[in-house]
Amino acid sequence: MTSFPLLAVLLALSTAAYYIGRRKAFALVNRAGGSVRLHSRPTYHGALTALWCAVPALLIFGFWLAFEGQAITHLVVKDLPESLRSLPSDRLNLVINDIRNLESGSFVSQTAEPAIRAAADHYRRLRSISSQALAAVTIALMAAAVLVVRSRIAPGLRARNHVEGILTGILVACSTIAIFTTIGIILSVLYEAIRFFNVVPISQFLFGLDWSPQMAIRADQVGSSGAFGAVPVFLGTALISAIAMVVAVPIGLMSAIYLSEYAGRRLRAIAKPLIEVLAGIPTVVYGFFAALTVAPVIRDWGNRLGLDVASESALAAGLVMGIMIIPFVSSLSDDFINAVPQSLRDGAYSLGATRSETIRQVIVPAAIPGIIGGVLLAVSRAIGETMIVVMAAGLSANLTVNPLAAVTTVTVQIVTLLVGDQEFDSPKTLAAFALGLILFIVTLCLNIIALYVVRKYREQYE
Amino acid sequence: MNSTNESATAQAPRRRTIDIVNRGLKRRYRAERRFRFYGLAAIVLSLAFLALLFVSIVAKGYSAFWQTHIRLAVFFDPEAIRQDTLVNADYAALVRESLLKKFPQAEGRQDRRQLAALVSSGAVYQLRDMVLKDPELIGKTVEAWLPADDDVDMLIKGHFRRDLPESERRVSDKQIAWIERLEAEGRLERKFNTVFLSAGDSREPELAGIWGAVSGSFFTLVITLSLSFPIGVAAAVYLEEFAKKNRWTDLIEVNINNLAAVPSIVFGLLGLAVFLNFFGLPRSAPLVGGLVLTLMTLPTIIIASRSALKSVPPSIREAALGVGASKMQMVVHHVLPLALPGMLTGTIIGMARALGESAPLLMIGMVAFIVDIPKGVSDPATVLPVQIYLWSDSPERAFVERTSAAIMVLLAFLVVMNAGAILLRKKFERRW
Repeated sequence: MTSFPLLAVLLALSTAAYYIGRRKAFALVNRAGGSVRLHSRPTYHGALTALWCAVPALLIFGFWLAFEGQAITHLVVKDLPESLRSLPSDRLNLVINDIRNLESGSFVSQTAEPAIRAAADHYRRLRSISSQALAAVTIALMAAAVLVVRSRIAPGLRARNHVEGILTGILVACSTIAIFTTIGIILSVLYEAIRFFNVVPISQFLFGLDWSPQMAIRADQVGSSGAFGAVPVFLGTALISAIAMVVAVPIGLMSAIYLSEYAGRRLRAIAKPLIEVLAGIPTVVYGFFAALTVAPVIRDWGNRLGLDVASESALAAGLVMGIMIIPFVSSLSDDFINAVPQSLRDGAYSLGATRSETIRQVIVPAAIPGIIGGVLLAVSRAIGETMIVVMAAGLSANLTVNPLAAVTTVTVQIVTLLVGDQEFDSPKTLAAFALGLILFIVTLCLNIIALYVVRKYREQYE
Repeated sequence: MNSTNESATAQAPRRRTIDIVNRGLKRRYRAERRFRFYGLAAIVLSLAFLALLFVSIVAKGYSAFWQTHIRLAVFFDPEAIRQDTLVNADYAALVRESLLKKFPQAEGRQDRRQLAALVSSGAVYQLRDMVLKDPELIGKTVEAWLPADDDVDMLIKGHFRRDLPESERRVSDKQIAWIERLEAEGRLERKFNTVFLSAGDSREPELAGIWGAVSGSFFTLVITLSLSFPIGVAAAVYLEEFAKKNRWTDLIEVNINNLAAVPSIVFGLLGLAVFLNFFGLPRSAPLVGGLVLTLMTLPTIIIASRSALKSVPPSIREAALGVGASKMQMVVHHVLPLALPGMLTGTIIGMARALGESAPLLMIGMVAFIVDIPKGVSDPATVLPVQIYLWSDSPERAFVERTSAAIMVLLAFLVVMNAGAILLRKKFERRW
């Protein structure tokens, strides 16, 4: 990328602008022999100059880079010979890719035709023009900003207020990124998903029982391509998540109860962080563990018992996913158990209840809304978990609830559909976005419900 | 409780209730013990899982840090290497010749091929580098340690069983005989595997290394850190210090909490649709990976930074405002420095999460097979967890141990980062 030197120049100029502004302010004071009082301290004049120098230039820089590619591609396509321009859009994309590859000097799939070669030259020329123009525009803008601000620097200039105003603006902008991210997710996933539902009816996607997206081999087969009934995929996700929950909820809950109600200070200080370590291990490590250690063991045991176990059984993936989620359940439950007021415990003890009776009949019922919230959050984690299932669960979409069979999940399908070569118009690729949309909606609902339940619960005892 | 019950029994005329209680006591205590046992078992079980995970990975992976080498007398044949073709000379022939000299009884094409297969194809580059470094070698015979093929390596490390029938193992009887002779003559040795730490990816396990992936991770994290830390801190400062409580800030807050729980793969979909397809940024580049991970770690950093800001007592703010500081001065000069350690701790934890993340990076093409070591943020690259994923898919047995070793390296990085975060917290944490 050629823009990094420019970025460095931009930073250097802004630093220079800071000193220019500050010197001007000092000069003002000195010229008057110290009798003039500035409204703000000279550093604020410097900062104001630097901000006016950097912020607009950076904005232009960002926008330029973001839209440069599209603009150039558009111009190049406009100048392509008629025969190439009239190609259908997916073929045209291939041509554009060729041009780009040729331009960047990397490997080209076929020997280039003269038209494409010319287009690549054109592309290269436009790119160099663009980068020079960008440099010229930003540097000119910065110089102008420095000159204007410098000329405005006067004893009465409220530089501090200006600087603080700009900074507040930047803070506000940063805080809205979360909203833009959400909007970006919704728009991008929804847009592609709607394109998918134009090809495959939404009812067929949601209720169809047959999932085999890999059948389309050539682009012109699209109409007769595989089936997109996602029920087996959903069922597989539910099966693996259920297995994970069966592992994680009892173990997580019981260890939380033991740690908060029974364990001494020493055990708690050692065991709690160790259990949390399970949450910090990258999921790809769990995936490796599931595929190479757990799955063979389960298959061997199953075969010894005379059961037919698939080598990529749902059980292995679910089991390991459950291990991963244990700390999640346990630390959340721990919080909620600790939040139960001591008076409830004391009341139960005074009635003669044993500790376990107190826990089972008083503390857990009191904490149950929080625990349910925590479990819902854990379920949403399990559904969205990717690497474990990609590495340990299968690809074949079987409509089964047998934990020893191979099933596939939403995340596995998204990864297999999108990794590797993709044409962006085939329903196969778009199906991944439809699955992503479902995934997003389901986890969002789970999160909202869970956060609501948890908040309500917290308020209850605060 | 028990003793009070008994004393009550002595005085009270009503014995019925206490009888019922006493009759049930044994059972209730048993239930108590059982419950306690379940709790302990749950803890032991989860710690056992943790131990099993670590032990299985270390047991599989530690041997990858050593690589079997074969010492051969290589004759740098002036016929084969002419000065003008130093780079392209047929070094493979040199290896073949020296092996044949060692084992003249190997005859026929099949035997020769099996013999040549003992030495890694990477030996060629090693010899070439030797000659390029010192052209004087031409015409001399030099004893050189050459890397062995991964199958030989696996055999020496005991991962292949020698007692299986020949058709079921990857190393033939003849090869085993040769290897055993080399072993007996002290020409086989395990040396520290520098290739694994310094090379990029390769299809040959003995030539594959993690340096490419480590550099990719480095560039990705640099982008992530340089974007997510300032933005996250700024957002936290705004929400905690400036924003009024209204609909808009509520919306932001709900969004941040939700984004923290959105599956990471969805961020990958966002990156694919927005950064790659809409903005046309390069595929497989750490730049895009860093952008995606920024969006993913931002909620973590914002939440951590806000709690760090919350822990700064209001008296500091009031004192600053009281001596005439503006609100921005109060934040920048007084509150931020005090909250910074907490923010940094949160950021390190967020970075550790980003370092271990792979799912969203699969979506933006960082799974490509990339041999070259990336030099900048727009070169095609992969990252350490994705490299682990790629290797775990490879059929060669030798990749299993390399995958485990790469996991050990990844975990080592994570341990260092988390230990740094804990140290930072211990050193700078202030209780007000």
